[in-house]
Amino acid sequence: MNVLFSTLTLVTFFPLVGVALLLFTPKEQKDTIRWIAVGASLTTFLISLVMLAQFNPADPNMQLVVRSPWIRIGSNWNIDFYFGIDGASLLLILLTTFLTPIAIFSSWTAIEERVKEYMIFFLLLEVGMVGVFVSLDLFLFYIFWEFSLVPMYLLVGIWGGQNRMYAAIKFFLYTMAGSILMLLAILWLGINVGTFAYTDILGKVPAAAQGLLFLAFAAAFAIKVPVWPLHSWLPDAHVEAPTAGSVILAGVLLKLGTYGFLRFNLGLFPEAAKQYAPTIAVLAVIGIVYGAIVSYPQKDVKKLVAYSSVSHLGFVMLGLFALNSQGIQGAILQMINHGLSTGALFLLVGMIYERRHTRELAQFGGLWTVMPLYGTLTLIVTLSSMGLPGLNGFVGEFAILLGAWGAGQPGAAYGSYAYAAVASLGVILAAVYMLWMFQKMFLGKVENPHNNGLADLNWREVVVLVPLIIMIFWIGLYPAPFFDLMSPSVTQLVAAIQSAAVALR
Amino acid sequence: MTTSDFNAILPLIVLAGWASLMLLVDLWIPKTRKDITAALALLGLAVTLAVLLVIAATGPTPIVAFGGMIVLDGFTVFLNVLVLGTGGLAVLLALNYLKRVNIERGEFYTLLLFSIAGMMMMASAGDLIVVFLALETLSIPLYILSGFARPRLDSEESALKYFLLGAFASGFLVYGIALTYGATATTSLSQIAAAVAANGALAADPLLLAGAALILVGLGFKVAAVPFHMWAPDVYEGAPTIVTAFMSVGAKIGGFAALVRVFFIAFPALAAHWTPVVAAISALTMILGNVAAIAQSSIKRMLAYSSIAHAGYVLMAVVAGGAGTMAGFAASSAVFYLLGYAVMNLGAWAVVMAVEKDGAAAKVDDFAGLGATRIGMALAMTVFMLSLTGLPPTIGFIGKFYVFRAAIDSGYMWLAVVGVITSLISAFYYLRVVMVMWMQSGQGEAVTPLGLSTVVTLSALATFILGIVPGPLMAAAERALLALLAKA
Repeated sequence: MNVLFSTLTLVTFFPLVGVALLLFTPKEQKDTIRWIAVGASLTTFLISLVMLAQFNPADPNMQLVVRSPWIRIGSNWNIDFYFGIDGASLLLILLTTFLTPIAIFSSWTAIEERVKEYMIFFLLLEVGMVGVFVSLDLFLFYIFWEFSLVPMYLLVGIWGGQNRMYAAIKFFLYTMAGSILMLLAILWLGINVGTFAYTDILGKVPAAAQGLLFLAFAAAFAIKVPVWPLHSWLPDAHVEAPTAGSVILAGVLLKLGTYGFLRFNLGLFPEAAKQYAPTIAVLAVIGIVYGAIVSYPQKDVKKLVAYSSVSHLGFVMLGLFALNSQGIQGAILQMINHGLSTGALFLLVGMIYERRHTRELAQFGGLWTVMPLYGTLTLIVTLSSMGLPGLNGFVGEFAILLGAWGAGQPGAAYGSYAYAAVASLGVILAAVYMLWMFQKMFLGKVENPHNNGLADLNWREVVVLVPLIIMIFWIGLYPAPFFDLMSPSVTQLVAAIQSAAVALR
Repeated sequence: MTTSDFNAILPLIVLAGWASLMLLVDLWIPKTRKDITAALALLGLAVTLAVLLVIAATGPTPIVAFGGMIVLDGFTVFLNVLVLGTGGLAVLLALNYLKRVNIERGEFYTLLLFSIAGMMMMASAGDLIVVFLALETLSIPLYILSGFARPRLDSEESALKYFLLGAFASGFLVYGIALTYGATATTSLSQIAAAVAANGALAADPLLLAGAALILVGLGFKVAAVPFHMWAPDVYEGAPTIVTAFMSVGAKIGGFAALVRVFFIAFPALAAHWTPVVAAISALTMILGNVAAIAQSSIKRMLAYSSIAHAGYVLMAVVAGGAGTMAGFAASSAVFYLLGYAVMNLGAWAVVMAVEKDGAAAKVDDFAGLGATRIGMALAMTVFMLSLTGLPPTIGFIGKFYVFRAAIDSGYMWLAVVGVITSLISAFYYLRVVMVMWMQSGQGEAVTPLGLSTVVTLSALATFILGIVPGPLMAAAERALLALLAKA
């Protein structure tokens, strides 16, 4: 297949067309710049729909593969330009291409300064993120992984809040600290297995070496997720980032970490995954409970939502390392759910911030009477985030808990039902802090005079939120198409892990 | 002297002869038209490059000339092209800068060419005597150039310091050569190796070991490796920035050319002794260079420490060459790293020159707001800083990937770990520049004459494009080096 014009190459690199156009647009024409950015990201989304149409859900293997030699010198180097997707990466790419235009559109009035650079960085960020999900060569993967760091660093650092520089550099150094260890592990694999191609390494990593390699990869991903106790960069980055930055940060960037765990830690090192599953489950459960407990007393709404991410991502990790089909499928779906719900929450927080220039919970109260539409939409998203049946959060969390319960059987990944039991507690805690937030903001009387006469959502804000709300209902009421997309790949992965585990005994 | 002898040194003759002629011609060029001298210097470099490439393309390589004193092989050609390119970019940068800081004198270009001739000779040295000769030829013009901004005190101080410590280092080198001669009765690199091979006891001979150690010290000074780096920050800061830019790249290439030649060809049998030492030096260099750079507020000092740190990464490749069975691979990684370093570092220095106000040393804070006022310069500087950190997709990343791979291949995992951790540390100070440019408001200003913006554009594009398509150059580096070490 032609490398340049294959679907995956296009979906990855199309935003660069937008970047090229933006470079030649005068910076004073802000609206033109915005339209170009929205247009480029929307076109990317359309291309990703073509990708979805070309994808065969029944085939568990890598599809739409593009592969051509990139750096080949003698026998020393074996690096390929190698793209391909399975069900999990397909869904995450769709999430990325879906959220990016929304995020860009939401910045319409919020970003007034240096619009051109902002849009350029945003489109570059999209290239980096999609690149991570499609790369099947470890070298290429690493390049996209690190590359995605730079635009986000600049987005937080330039357009962020008061403390933006500290948050940006902290975000950068934390993430880089993890990924350099992964770089060494990738090098080790390249030298000892003789190739950097994921599908060629699969099943060839000696069991004795898996432990250290697993940890090196896990270091990179655990910081990105973030797994407790490596989360301390997250509240800073989320709070300081501009709204659209938070949306992408929570919606997609955190998923780079969980995706990494799924693809590399489970795929390449199944023996080690089995060995470390209980340890990771402990961290995941601590994250679930810790995130929930810390969310509750937050005074800043954005910080509350940020900490809730720690809790939600704990669920994803718990599902992944249950190492069974239900858990992993639930985890993948929960990645999507979290992207939708938390993305929407950050958008909602951003909208009230634009009106009131504060995010302090105590400043609000009684908003329902002033902004009924805003209140209704917030209620839906809040309920989705806490996992109310009928909305998307419930489906994912339920599958994860089922998986974790299954993994609790003697001889299974966790070997104890305690994990599932404690995690269920997290669901209740989520209801507590989410409803607490909702109540403080919307119910009761308007106490603060500044809240009187706030304008309800305008058409642009509604346009931004409606697609997310539709997805929230769709996944909540009829999740089957999503499971169908991923289940063959997941089943194959689980089978591989099981057989590796048998070989271990 | 045979034809092939002549061919092997023809590029050197051309360049040195051109430089001497320029010294004369410059007398007739009026003070206001020194750009003619610069153009002549560029032409000289171009002619030399052409001669070199014609010889390399037509003649049989490798040429071993003057009984093994001079060698012209793939390694020579690769590094000579690199040095000539560096020189060309330096001339382009100098053109306007010298006028701006009021030190425009024709000798500048002559001295630059002589120094380049020294570096080229270094890359073709087949004998310790030639190594010494080349080292002096490249260093003495640099001593003078460091003091070029006289009567500015810090420039004079820089020159004196560089000269004294450089002379000291040369002393070590000569002493090392003498001891090596005492042990093996030869100064020819290949014959030293042959002597050790013929008499195994020599490999543990204290005389020879002491000789090798002293040579290592001498060359360590030149590449500014810890603990022989003390001179670098002061000299780099005091010298006119254009000289610093050239010296931080050129002198390093020269020094490493000698290190690779001497240690890979003459002393491979002693590898068990020198590899751990070089490994320790490499680790210390990376750690100290990067940690010390954090504390600097002057951009010149920061880049000085950064260039110390980068010497550590190249040394990692030297270690790999000593420890592993893949000396050719290790050496090619060193050469590739040097190439990447030359491109990104020259670019970074060029931006520093643009931001600098009338010869006053620029602070990191002088970059504040550059992202708003001069977006092109800020973008380029961002690319250079990310590349120096070693982030993809830049040549700096490929370079690091290459040397880390060499280190892991030869069993030096711990050194690679030190390498990645210090890269992380370096992110802190390189990103500070990025942060100041984009995230702080200020009146960042830049003077960008045509020559300078050409250099910045070229290096930024090269940093980026070679980071995406490094294959051909890596292949060239490996061809150059595998041939060299196959012969040895």
